[in-house]
Amino acid sequence: MTAPNELTIAEARDALRRGEMTSVELTEACLNAIEAAGALNAFVHKTPEIALDRARAADIRLQQGDAPAMCGIPVGIKDLFCTEGMPSQAASRILSGFRPEYESTVSAQLRDAGAVMLGKLNMDEFAMGSSNETACYGPVVNPWRRCNDDTALTPGGSSGGSASAVAANLCLGATGTDTGGSIRQPAAFTGTVGIKPTYGRCSRWGIIAFASSLDQAGPMTRTVQDAAIMLQAMCGHDAKDSTSADLPVPDFEAALTGDIRGKRIGLPREYRMDGMPDEIEKLWADGAQMLRDAGAEVVDISLPHTKYALPAYYVIAPAEASSNLARYDGVRYGHRAKLSQGDGITEMYEKTRAEGFGPEVQRRVMIGTYVLSAGFYDAYYNRARKVRALIKRDFDQVFGDGIDAILTPATPSAAFGLGEMADADPVQMYLNDVFTVTVNLAGLPGIALPTGLDRQGLPLGLQLIGQPWGEADLLNVAHVLERAAGFVAKPARWW
Amino acid sequence: MSTIDLETARRVAKLARIRVPDDNLPALAGELSQILTFMEQLNEVDVEGVEPMTSVTPMRLKRRADVVTEGGMQDRILSNAPEAREGFFAVPKVVE
Repeated sequence: MTAPNELTIAEARDALRRGEMTSVELTEACLNAIEAAGALNAFVHKTPEIALDRARAADIRLQQGDAPAMCGIPVGIKDLFCTEGMPSQAASRILSGFRPEYESTVSAQLRDAGAVMLGKLNMDEFAMGSSNETACYGPVVNPWRRCNDDTALTPGGSSGGSASAVAANLCLGATGTDTGGSIRQPAAFTGTVGIKPTYGRCSRWGIIAFASSLDQAGPMTRTVQDAAIMLQAMCGHDAKDSTSADLPVPDFEAALTGDIRGKRIGLPREYRMDGMPDEIEKLWADGAQMLRDAGAEVVDISLPHTKYALPAYYVIAPAEASSNLARYDGVRYGHRAKLSQGDGITEMYEKTRAEGFGPEVQRRVMIGTYVLSAGFYDAYYNRARKVRALIKRDFDQVFGDGIDAILTPATPSAAFGLGEMADADPVQMYLNDVFTVTVNLAGLPGIALPTGLDRQGLPLGLQLIGQPWGEADLLNVAHVLERAAGFVAKPARWW
Repeated sequence: MSTIDLETARRVAKLARIRVPDDNLPALAGELSQILTFMEQLNEVDVEGVEPMTSVTPMRLKRRADVVTEGGMQDRILSNAPEAREGFFAVPKVVE
């Protein structure tokens, strides 16, 4: 018998609506699982009282027949989302003690749909990282381990707490955010499903900003159907975010027809990289064959500027971050350094930011400051924005030629060990984003889903990239791939 | 190969308003140099005649009426301030 916290969102929704279970029972199962999973360090601020209050309210709505799909479903919220009255600190010391007076639009939509918030989830500081090791709360641990090896592995980053919590059945779904791969890479590392929608699909209001032209929220779940259900509740126009799209949101779950006959799926040759592990190569080829078997036409395509996506990203994202993070000055919220006799306001800024930001955030703020400074703005920042336009043009051409979706690996490797990258230079860590970052630069929807295990028993994921605003079709292709791959492995419980 | 010297590293830290002790400047300069060298691949790309991207989705930003929509919540705005006095944010003395 499946424990309540192991159900998918779809299964739990149906059981709640049929009255076979209450949201309070489901929520208690998740709260117990969280209490027993301290070793994963996924939930960093727990909100059991809020959770049980909301579960009781959801049960009333369910009895009254007024229950949207997410009503009564326990979820975790990434620490990047402002949640009213609850700590919301982007895993940074500089926001220690900050309790927002407001709720982010995405978490408010989930709340209003009846979802039950269990607490806040660990992440890389300000979403800057690919291993969850930059968090002020300490790293998250992946519930997956290699065969016969108890090395602690990273769940990926930055949404590592979300990925770990979903993979370990601590919650049924979680919010994530993705600036360069921060939903899709951790999903791939934990055998879960993560979708980053088209830029503008989810409101960014109330989400602590990293790089505003790239940031998007999305769900992390155990199945594609769950991703469709949860994304539905998170999307929609919001007057408080001027980049939020005023477009109708289709019924994503209804789009999961399982029929992709005649769809054209592109395999970009530039993603076949030197030194790519055989296992990833095979995973990719197997995935393409599954789509072919389902009646899709698989064609080779070219995205010629792919190679330049990562360097362009590491100009643009730090530039925007240096600007966004200028607000952390010790004046209005969060940490303020203790000052010495005679210190003025400049010392207050400099000491506060040195104490409050971790090394990776400091590095990116300084890189951003440099590329935006007089004399370098054109050489770095403007050039990167031009390359970004070319990267988007590559995708526009491919979609214009009739490609419906693009299939790629999600990550260049399976999850690596915590601390294994400690001696690598920063650029080595950035290579984790090599397959995902193009999607943010072009503003496209992308989904990662598990399709196999490596020889050490760790999950591996593939990524599908869709047309702008084409989440419904993208989810349908992902649904077909998920069914064909039949990935059912679960991490053996050690925590 | 781009190199950031100690003076440039010090200046960038100053511009970013992050205090970096002198002892840490060489390591910082080295890391920044590595990252900038990585970015210099962008010089291989022919960007002649390409407009820098300003918006990833081709849509007009919405405008709203220039009217006051909310306010009167001084307490809430100050509730997270490290130091607030008499309805204001308090900071060290700025002018003598």
